[in-house]
Amino acid sequence: MTILVIAEHDNVELKPVTLNVIQAATEVAKVTGKEIEVLVAGFDCRAVADQAVKANGIGKVLLVDDEAYSSQLAESMSSLIIKIAAKYSHILAPASTSGKNFMPRVAALLDVAQISEIISVESENTFKRPIYAGNAIATVQSGDTKKVMTVRGTAFNPVDSNEHSIVEIVGVETPDVEKNTGSRHVADELVSTDRPELTSARVVISGGRGMANGDNFKLLDGIADKLGAAVGASRAAVDAGFVSNDMQVGQTGKIVAPELYIAVGISGAIQHLAGMKDSKVIVAINKDEDAPIFSVADYGVVIDLFEALPLFEQEL
Amino acid sequence: MKILVAVKRVIDYNVKVRVKADLTDVELANTKMGLNPFCEIAVEEAIRLKEKGVATEVVVVSIGNKASQEQLRTALALGADRGILIETEQVVDSLSVAKLLQAVVLEEKPELVILGKQSIDSDNGQTGQMLAALAGMPQATFASELTIADGQAIVVREVDGGLQTLELNLPAVVTTDLRLNEPRYASLPNIMKAKRKPLDVKTPEALGVDLKCYLKVIKVEPPTERQSGIVVESIGELVTKLKNEAKVIG
Repeated sequence: MTILVIAEHDNVELKPVTLNVIQAATEVAKVTGKEIEVLVAGFDCRAVADQAVKANGIGKVLLVDDEAYSSQLAESMSSLIIKIAAKYSHILAPASTSGKNFMPRVAALLDVAQISEIISVESENTFKRPIYAGNAIATVQSGDTKKVMTVRGTAFNPVDSNEHSIVEIVGVETPDVEKNTGSRHVADELVSTDRPELTSARVVISGGRGMANGDNFKLLDGIADKLGAAVGASRAAVDAGFVSNDMQVGQTGKIVAPELYIAVGISGAIQHLAGMKDSKVIVAINKDEDAPIFSVADYGVVIDLFEALPLFEQEL
Repeated sequence: MKILVAVKRVIDYNVKVRVKADLTDVELANTKMGLNPFCEIAVEEAIRLKEKGVATEVVVVSIGNKASQEQLRTALALGADRGILIETEQVVDSLSVAKLLQAVVLEEKPELVILGKQSIDSDNGQTGQMLAALAGMPQATFASELTIADGQAIVVREVDGGLQTLELNLPAVVTTDLRLNEPRYASLPNIMKAKRKPLDVKTPEALGVDLKCYLKVIKVEPPTERQSGIVVESIGELVTKLKNEAKVIG
């Protein structure tokens, strides 16, 4: 039996979170002695497979290049994965909106449990995962022969890349996969940015309701540029309409764990803390000294953010 | 068009959960319970479709012990037409829930099933997708906009990089994200009226579903607490500390 990792990509680029999932798979491999294979399923996505082979610790990259997978819809992805599932004991995907979309289908079609968002590998069949928005950690044990799970990327370090990889790409033909006729992709409205992705950025600077409006988020840009940071927001800022939802950090948004997280004008509601409290160093800038964010911050400054931000940019 | 909405009874979202001393679960005794917020959004969306004349009937279903009737009554007070409780004392995991819902789908034949994207207790986020797979229906998860037109559901989904629009044939499964709508409050007359709305109680056995435990919880523990740090006097001092002490910026 082998371990399968489903690569996250947009047909052009392998998303960095895939490397974190491969690390989780590596930990399973350590206790089972099994080999890891990576599935790249998409359309015109050879370039992604070329990037995937560089990941350390994998044995093979499977490439399924077919128009049916161009948008990686849940129906198509799950049909494909169950078709090739026989030889795998563990099937892992990132706990991204994509992985969360198709993996439960895979599990249901295989008649096994799906284990959501694991944060540690305890043994071949035992894993830890957060419940109640991270206010408790459950250790769960699967009695199924196949473990289908999603992985919280921030809980695992990415595996290294090997430029001189000799891992081969194996094309997989899937003529007998059931065609998805029930759903059609209409449009993507993706927010383009030159900044790093929130979930893989080394530094994240986020604004909260204290930013007062969307325009003021520009004050974070200069600092983000200097630090090479991604810009995030609290749910309060998103709900107030300051910025779009793809910037949301928190239980209902993205889970981040950068080396440095800077919370600006964020009070620190539980739901926000759930999304960033595993960051290595947390900085809080807030004028309310009683804000709960200070209880998790390594460094806090009690100061009006409109005074603080220009100073901060200047000091860098 | 008939809409089926699945709802779950969970610890109220305002309650700070505590892990039991024996590390078997979180403390549920004497804890305020409520309707899972994402399920509430699902109920609201179904009712709005009925108010627009798109839906003709909204059926709510829940799986749990007798107390889950409260959450069904809440949904009925919000405007659902009738309720179904699949009563069991067992803890039911996602796949078994999906199988029970699939049995209800076969009986009720809804054209649309709406569920919350996840429950705020187990945070699994699986049931809708599993049901769609078992029922052979197309799915749209994390919906922030739902339109029914020409026998299709047009759904805008919240995905990591922004928004994605899908078109689904009906019957279909849709799971709700936070921005889909803002649920209403039930009015007192509607709460009174809800008490007289039909609520059927069924058992998993009657639906022919064996509640297998696919995943065993062997321990529940509190997360490691983060130590709070220091308050510095100025931005200048902060930058110095980040450079020299934490060494996270160059």
